Amino acid sequence: MSRDMSYNGVMSRRNEIMKKAVGIDYAMFESGGIAFDYEKMMKETGYTLDEMQKIQGATGVGNTPLLEMKNLTALARKLAPEGKGARIFIKDEAANPSGSFKARRAANAVYHAKKLGYKGVIAATSGNYGAAVASQAAMHGLKCIIVQECYDSRGVGQPEIIEKARKCEAYGAEVVQLTVGPELFYTFLTLLEDTGYFNASLYTPFGIAGVETLGYELAMQMREMEGKDPDIVICTNAGGGNLTGTARGLIKAGAEGTQIVGASVDLSGLHMASDEQFNKKSFTTGHTGFGIPFTMGPDRSDVPRSAARCLRYMDRYVTVKQGEVFYTTEALAQLEGLERGPAGNVSLAAAFSLAQEIDEDKIIIAQETEYTGAGKHIQPQLCFARGNGIEIKFGNPSEEVPGESIIFPENPNLLKANDLDLDKIRKSYIKNALKTHEGKNITNEDLEFLAAETKANIEYVKTVIEELK
Amino acid sequence: MKAKKGDWVNIYNVVMEVGERAPQVPEDTKSVPLEMWVKGFIQNDACVGDQVEIKTITGRTVSGKLVEINPSYTHSFGNTVPEVFQIGLQLKEILFGGGCHE
Repeated sequence: MSRDMSYNGVMSRRNEIMKKAVGIDYAMFESGGIAFDYEKMMKETGYTLDEMQKIQGATGVGNTPLLEMKNLTALARKLAPEGKGARIFIKDEAANPSGSFKARRAANAVYHAKKLGYKGVIAATSGNYGAAVASQAAMHGLKCIIVQECYDSRGVGQPEIIEKARKCEAYGAEVVQLTVGPELFYTFLTLLEDTGYFNASLYTPFGIAGVETLGYELAMQMREMEGKDPDIVICTNAGGGNLTGTARGLIKAGAEGTQIVGASVDLSGLHMASDEQFNKKSFTTGHTGFGIPFTMGPDRSDVPRSAARCLRYMDRYVTVKQGEVFYTTEALAQLEGLERGPAGNVSLAAAFSLAQEIDEDKIIIAQETEYTGAGKHIQPQLCFARGNGIEIKFGNPSEEVPGESIIFPENPNLLKANDLDLDKIRKSYIKNALKTHEGKNITNEDLEFLAAETKANIEYVKTVIEELK
Repeated sequence: MKAKKGDWVNIYNVVMEVGERAPQVPEDTKSVPLEMWVKGFIQNDACVGDQVEIKTITGRTVSGKLVEINPSYTHSFGNTVPEVFQIGLQLKEILFGGGCHE
């Protein structure tokens, strides 16, 4: 019998394909209602911290330097009120084998695929994760296919994505390139079904657990350097895995007092599935187009239950503008002598702003950097933007309109992270969850789950549910 | 342009025609097909535009329209956006004061 390869045919086999491709029976953790047992999923399918450190260490992943940004701190203090201007540090994740923190996620996923006997791995990603999976697959002798959303209907691709394709191919991966659209998932499923390879999803428990080592290292390195925990850790937020894993690692290190801040590039107004707008953005990840929907509803990923659940851990969520991140990337090169990729500096741009609100004896960490090079550097990305009709100028970044302008601060004191209303996001999360499970009774287990998911308490959840009626 | 068996090539397929796109896709995306490119070694001599078979680097056999022979990386650092150079000058002026290197 031949398989139905139509869109609806393949999508209807989605759960069956996924079960084979990730080796997890997600039904084991389901309650039948809104709730599912997240910690059980992380425990039974993940790895212990010690195991992860060994797995990552065996492929040269992790133990990246934690660097103090003395000149950026001095600059922040010049702009801040007297006594303010926290010390800024960065975790130089570009030092990982594939050039970003994604190596941590990929190390565990690919190790797991190898252990389960899969012959190859597949990941759907246009970003650093593809390079990370390809690099790890090379180390483990597995085949690797990366599926990219790459071009608009004119066949024009973001220079950054083209560079990622090159890097994946450099590690021996096959890169399948598509035009814009969420139906990428259809192609992804057909490839999983045809090859029987492992779905090295960004959102499996092994992937997210892989980032826990980052949070753990942060706490340990800071204790060694300064004898205390960091006051604030800022994580660039898109699908939520970076923040989730880092926060879990900090908790495992006992750094319970550290405030966790999410930061995304403000791309409000741009539709992520729009062919025309695809090349109007200068950031392909770390932006609000992923960050906000994934925070409000993490189970929109390529696995039935995402292990990336950032709203559980987030104390604050800020946005920065594209022009501010490019500006900070140049500042990092010119003042600190570190040339790194722009997407990794979203959290650094936010750190520079937040440091000015906080006392100077406090410590704030931007927890990642990424590699840079042709295509994936502020010059080609700005050149590409200019070629797409985006106005680039100095001015007040608060006036930047995504898709129309990129504004560098005309003075660094204009670089300001903007707070998103977390209460509103929490309410939207609860609303989404109720909508997805419409018609079902809300049990106590569901209330407890929603409280944990929103980093709130049961009373809060009950009040929100009442308001929604 | 003619490709010889074994050449490294790029092939093209339409995954979804206009009209087959998913319902949640915005209108501008719905009005264009979902297209796909895959690279590999061509299995027979052929001309650009021909329907061909390739073997990809992972060993998959894929068929599609031959669009490129010896596809190459052409991404670069682009045309310089000179405004960028003002950033370092401005920041050093604020941080270290004027004319310290003159």
